Amino acid sequence: MKKNKDITTRSSVYKRSASSKIEGKAIKWILLACALLSVATTVGIVVSLVVQGWNFFMEVSLWEFLTGTRWSPILKPRAHGVLPLVGGTMLVSIIAILFAAPVGLGAAIYLSEYAADRVRRIVKPVLEILAGVPTIVYGYFALSFVTPSLQKVIPNMIVFNALSAGLVMGIMIMPMISTLSEDAMMSVPRSLRNGAYALGATRLEVASRVVVPAALSGIISSFILAVSRAIGETMLVTIAAGATPRLTANPLESIQTMTAYIVQLSLGEAAFGSLEYNTIFAVGLLLFFITLIMNLIGSLVVNKWRQKYE
Amino acid sequence: MENEITQVTDKEISKNIIISARNLNVYYGNFRAVKDVNLDVKKNQVLSLIGPSGCGKSTVLRCFNRMNDLILSAEVGGSILYNGINLYSAEVDATEIRSSIGMVFQKPNPFPKSIYDNVAFGLRINGYQGDMDEAVEKSLKQAALWDEVKDRLKDSGLTLSGGQQQRLCIARTLAIEPDIILMDEPCSALDPIATLAIEELIRELITKYTIIIVTHNMQQAARVSDETAFLMVGEDRAGYLVETGDTQQIFTNPKEERTESYITGRFS
Amino acid sequence: MSSNQAQSSLFPENLRKRKRFGQIIYFLLLSCVLIGIVSLLILLVRILFDGIDWLSWHFLTNFPSRHPEIAGMKSAIFGTIWTIALTGSFTVPIGIGAAIYLEEYSPKSWFTQIIEINISNLAGVPSIVYGLLGLALFVQWMSIGRSVLAGALTLALLVLPIVILAAREAIRAVPDSYRQASYALGSTKWQTQKYVVLPSAMPSILTGVILALSRAIGEAAPIIAISALVYLTFIPTNPLSRFTVMPIQIFNWVSRPQDEFRGLAAAGIIILLLILLGMNSFAIYLRNRYQKQSEE
Repeated sequence: MKKNKDITTRSSVYKRSASSKIEGKAIKWILLACALLSVATTVGIVVSLVVQGWNFFMEVSLWEFLTGTRWSPILKPRAHGVLPLVGGTMLVSIIAILFAAPVGLGAAIYLSEYAADRVRRIVKPVLEILAGVPTIVYGYFALSFVTPSLQKVIPNMIVFNALSAGLVMGIMIMPMISTLSEDAMMSVPRSLRNGAYALGATRLEVASRVVVPAALSGIISSFILAVSRAIGETMLVTIAAGATPRLTANPLESIQTMTAYIVQLSLGEAAFGSLEYNTIFAVGLLLFFITLIMNLIGSLVVNKWRQKYE
Repeated sequence: MENEITQVTDKEISKNIIISARNLNVYYGNFRAVKDVNLDVKKNQVLSLIGPSGCGKSTVLRCFNRMNDLILSAEVGGSILYNGINLYSAEVDATEIRSSIGMVFQKPNPFPKSIYDNVAFGLRINGYQGDMDEAVEKSLKQAALWDEVKDRLKDSGLTLSGGQQQRLCIARTLAIEPDIILMDEPCSALDPIATLAIEELIRELITKYTIIIVTHNMQQAARVSDETAFLMVGEDRAGYLVETGDTQQIFTNPKEERTESYITGRFS
Repeated sequence: MSSNQAQSSLFPENLRKRKRFGQIIYFLLLSCVLIGIVSLLILLVRILFDGIDWLSWHFLTNFPSRHPEIAGMKSAIFGTIWTIALTGSFTVPIGIGAAIYLEEYSPKSWFTQIIEINISNLAGVPSIVYGLLGLALFVQWMSIGRSVLAGALTLALLVLPIVILAAREAIRAVPDSYRQASYALGSTKWQTQKYVVLPSAMPSILTGVILALSRAIGEAAPIIAISALVYLTFIPTNPLSRFTVMPIQIFNWVSRPQDEFRGLAAAGIIILLLILLGMNSFAIYLRNRYQKQSEE
């Protein structure tokens, strides 16, 4: 007891306020609140989508929404089958990943296994710029450059089509794949490469039979995350892919994606609470779940791979 | 020119020498890491490279299968004659050399593949036409690992213990039937029992192979090698060869005082 | 091959074939990288080419108009400045606070782990979904209206994960010896954060903040959901004013069929890209200056 008192007397020289302990506690709580805001955001997203979507599902059955093949929420006869929007989204995303996966992986292999340090230092920032360009710019690029160029090759292609949107989307998500895949390949230990070289493997054999298989889960996860990004991408498809909800596999046709529909309806400033207004939340809810599941799978895959090396 | 090479070859063969370094110099950028090393390695023997850390013994070892090619700043001067061919002449391909001169590394580095695929790796990339199962079994037996893994060939190589992993890496090297095996401190990451197993294995392997081993453990050099080369760091920080000779002689009656001081532990 | 006799007889001579195949693949891989670089070049050149003639002083100082020759993006530029200023003032303190909590205070528990998983998942939520959140929560339920404030709050939530991740990395990079030195002088935990950790992490945090805000400047989708407006001829006067931002003005011009408006869109993109370039250069400058300092 006596000793304690001694310490207190001595520190009073430094004018440390008695309240500093309380202050420390308060600060901790404030900081915790900041961190919790991110959890609150997730809760807010789910609640707002579910509550507003609920109003929609009071009028349209979930079954009709998920299985209907016609989407016409404004023009009569009305129909609320979301499949055309999902189909449009998938069509664009598939074109994008078919382009971006090989190109992105190729670039990643080049950067991690072949490129000299000097080259890598120049190329990586360029790819980062490509990833940082606002999507509205890609929309402009698709509409004013890629579509006219493609029309020279495919004369009967219409202005708004899934193909140019998909290709430009591919350019957009390619840096994501190359960066994430390269990270995965770079963390494959040097000793494995040496082991393969010592057995007489060529550079390509080291890359394709040792490095890529060892980094495979990181690479696959980069594909999944890139597809998820493509599914959620909005302005590019709104500008370039059209506004025609249609269930088709023909990339030369005009389609509409889930995101583009949300933008289209938002621009009309529909009255709060109307059925049209609520459709965007129903579509948004579906969009949120699809991307959430893909992101979870993506990070699960990549975590599994981390455990293997650490 | 051709005559000269033939002559050299005849001379080397007569002395039963399989590979020899002549005026070997290694530079990392402007820094000379190894200075004027001349070294002969006899067929079906174990040569150990010993010396204090930083003396360039690993660097010298890596010259023998041109692993230094993979380090961008590294440059090798001089020549290494293998079957009468200079490994550093323009027409020789590093990849080709490495399937005749294999290497085992300091830390076991099995590929994250099955035990079977680890051993089959080198055969597959080289386009092996024979019976793969048989070749894998043979290599694992040679590496004294077969009995421990024959029931779990499909398991990942990473599930093995450290010593087993190192023997797997040896089996992987044996599979492509090299002439020479380079070993870079192969036991430094292993416990004493696993070390002993590898040492026994090395003695068995020399009936078929020639082995060059780098070790920081002098007892190990004394136990496994027929010949020993002692390297040191000069005042210019470049490694150089002090002397080389019969292991027995190096450890009991070295010619150079520096060797004796090192072996008796007067400096390290 | 001169060293054929050295090659063990186990294998047929196939190295030459393997090497040639490797060469072909090498060029394919190289062309993958070139596709990315060339696309960027075409994109930039194309936009410069389309838009350069439309750039003028009025373009910055005029309101949008039906007549392309006098149209400008004044309302959008001011809207963007308002939005980003508000977004920054919300997201920076909260993001740094969350990062300090997670790096320095949080116990290792399932609770912390949930927060971390949550943050990394939030970074992958499509931006339009944030727009819907803002629309329901801020515009409708909290009755803030389709205002700058609602837009800024939405963008603040959108870039919060980026700020938190950047700030955490910056804080993690502060050497532990600094903290120990501070504690050894009798500092409290908060004093250590405030006087030691944050000052040395600040340049990196700022870099991350600038990058996050430049992401916010380019976002159009969530703002469309909030503001719904693409044509506005006044500038915001207070946080509750209606507003538009540059990407939305560009979107408006892009979606018109006439070529003149395409030109305006390209001109708008040039301005937008210049702003982003400026911000990113500043971020890189900060990073380099910081690195130099820590090397000295």
